[in-house]
Amino acid sequence: MTIVVGYVPTPEGEAALSQAIAEARHRNTRLLVINSAKGDALVDNRYAQEQEIQSVEDRLASQGIDHVIKQPVRGHDAAVEVLDAAEEHNAELIVIGLRRRSPVGKLIMGSTSQRILLEADCPVLAVKAG
Amino acid sequence: MDVWSSLMDGFATALTPMNFLYAVIGVILGTAVGVLPGLGPAMTVALLLPVTYALEPTSAFIMFAGIYYGGMYGGSTTSILLNTPGESSSVITAIEGNKMAKAGRAAQALATAAIGSFVAGTIGTALLALFAPIVVEFAVSLGAPSYFAIMVLALLAVTAVLGSSRLRGFSALGLGLAIGLVGMGSGQARLTFGQPLLADGLDIVVIAVAVFAVGEALWVAAHLRRTPLHAIPVGRPWMGKSDWKRSWKPWLRGTAFGFPFGALPAGGAEIPTFLSYVTEKRLSKHPEEFGKGAIEGVAGPEAANNAAAAGTLTPMLALGLPTNATAAVMLAAFTSYGIQPGPQLFASQGPLVWALIASLFIGNFLLLLINLPLAPMWAKLLQLPRPYLYAGILFFATLGAYSVNLQAFDLLLLLIFGAMGFMMRRFGLPVLPLILGVILGPRLEDQLRKALQLSSGDPAGLLSEPIAVVVYIIVVIILAFPLLLKLIRPNRPATSLLAPNATRGNEPTDVG
Repeated sequence: MTIVVGYVPTPEGEAALSQAIAEARHRNTRLLVINSAKGDALVDNRYAQEQEIQSVEDRLASQGIDHVIKQPVRGHDAAVEVLDAAEEHNAELIVIGLRRRSPVGKLIMGSTSQRILLEADCPVLAVKAG
Repeated sequence: MDVWSSLMDGFATALTPMNFLYAVIGVILGTAVGVLPGLGPAMTVALLLPVTYALEPTSAFIMFAGIYYGGMYGGSTTSILLNTPGESSSVITAIEGNKMAKAGRAAQALATAAIGSFVAGTIGTALLALFAPIVVEFAVSLGAPSYFAIMVLALLAVTAVLGSSRLRGFSALGLGLAIGLVGMGSGQARLTFGQPLLADGLDIVVIAVAVFAVGEALWVAAHLRRTPLHAIPVGRPWMGKSDWKRSWKPWLRGTAFGFPFGALPAGGAEIPTFLSYVTEKRLSKHPEEFGKGAIEGVAGPEAANNAAAAGTLTPMLALGLPTNATAAVMLAAFTSYGIQPGPQLFASQGPLVWALIASLFIGNFLLLLINLPLAPMWAKLLQLPRPYLYAGILFFATLGAYSVNLQAFDLLLLLIFGAMGFMMRRFGLPVLPLILGVILGPRLEDQLRKALQLSSGDPAGLLSEPIAVVVYIIVVIILAFPLLLKLIRPNRPATSLLAPNATRGNEPTDVG
């Protein structure tokens, strides 16, 4: 069994990661960190760069958690990437970070977290930035 | 009329509220396309050509000039903050600029680029105003044989000197000349394939939009997915006293490199930026900083590319001879307004030309205003998902191509030549020789015919003017140079000046 966490280098992403680490320790399972981008923009601040991934890696390693970090760039929505990973690894839990969005923003861009909440086959744990 | 009073009249025209508005639109659009890699001023001007048919030619050219200069400014922002050149002319800027940004000196790098561009652009425009009338005076005395020779030189120089492969360059030139042949010429239909719609020739606007916009959009669509980067965050650009002290000389030297190279056929903006970089590296008091973020390495090349932009306009306005893609498309714009480019342009369209030159001064100043405080905002443009961008470009391309003659046949041509533009990028054929071939081909033929009529069909008439002979000698030297190089140094592979440009790999390159 695996816990899947959707990671973005933002406060809510970090909160999700912290929560996922706690869950992984508690349940003693593997943690799969997903940080994806569609890859259609030249600059995407939600796609973690080498340093950020290294610090996540260090953090997980120092806590002794069995983990895999994936950064797929395949033109898919982040929600699709997280749901795919959860299905593929038969996840027992998905952890995501939530942030407040304006109705207009949601209308235009859609909501990644809403899609994961509605479409996931396993329990989803949603946390907010500290 | 002397230069000064003409220029003042130009300012009066360029500063009318409507024209000023178009200058503002131009510089904003230009900066935006400059910031975005893959979009260049040539494509933008091509896309706007059909849209501007309804405008006064003066307003349209004021906007085009803003786009052209703006592209040069914008390119540096992307180079510095992302290490991806926004324009081919800012490839060199990325070397030191991005290192500076990584060392936390992004604000100073952006400042020296913007202020350097302003200084060089202003001096370059002043030189343009000074030299263009002199060149015209000289050019009006030229006859058809000399004219023919100069055009041959321009075409060959662009093809043989720029780019990595001469074979590819000449293939592209051949394609361009062939496209230029289509239609009625010398009283007979050529390459029309019995298609009456081709009898009037291919519309240059359709070709330019297809090759620059559709070709590029298809190319980007084929390479859409790439790992996103982070732009280096930056505040408002500023420079300290020591930065000013280290920047002003490179600015002036960069200008000195840029202007003459821009004015030469095949000079372009890439070679002078490279030369400026090498010079600054040699002259710097801080050679140890080169490779780690030396401000001279940003100041010099950025000044050089803006001065080159001004330089390019000199032969374009004075001789009707474009030396880069943007100038070529602007020249096409003259033709579509029914204005005959060439040495007579200053006489026949004096107010337009001087308003254009005045608007370059104004545009430069506006660019400094919008680039210094707003650089971080421009960097945000890079977060735009590119499918939206290219969908918009294709939409405007289609609309534009259709609106030229309101015939569906042009859409077919747009698709065919768009596919050709894509294939050219796929196989590394440069676009510039093609577009120059299309634009200069028919005029070349015209001059050839005139020259031969003068000599009543005797080919020796082509050598009847001393200027023509000199130009042909230069042509021979350009063509024979690599051969000679091989003979003299058989063991050493010929190194090209443009070698650093090759590092761009398969990044979509906009010539402009």
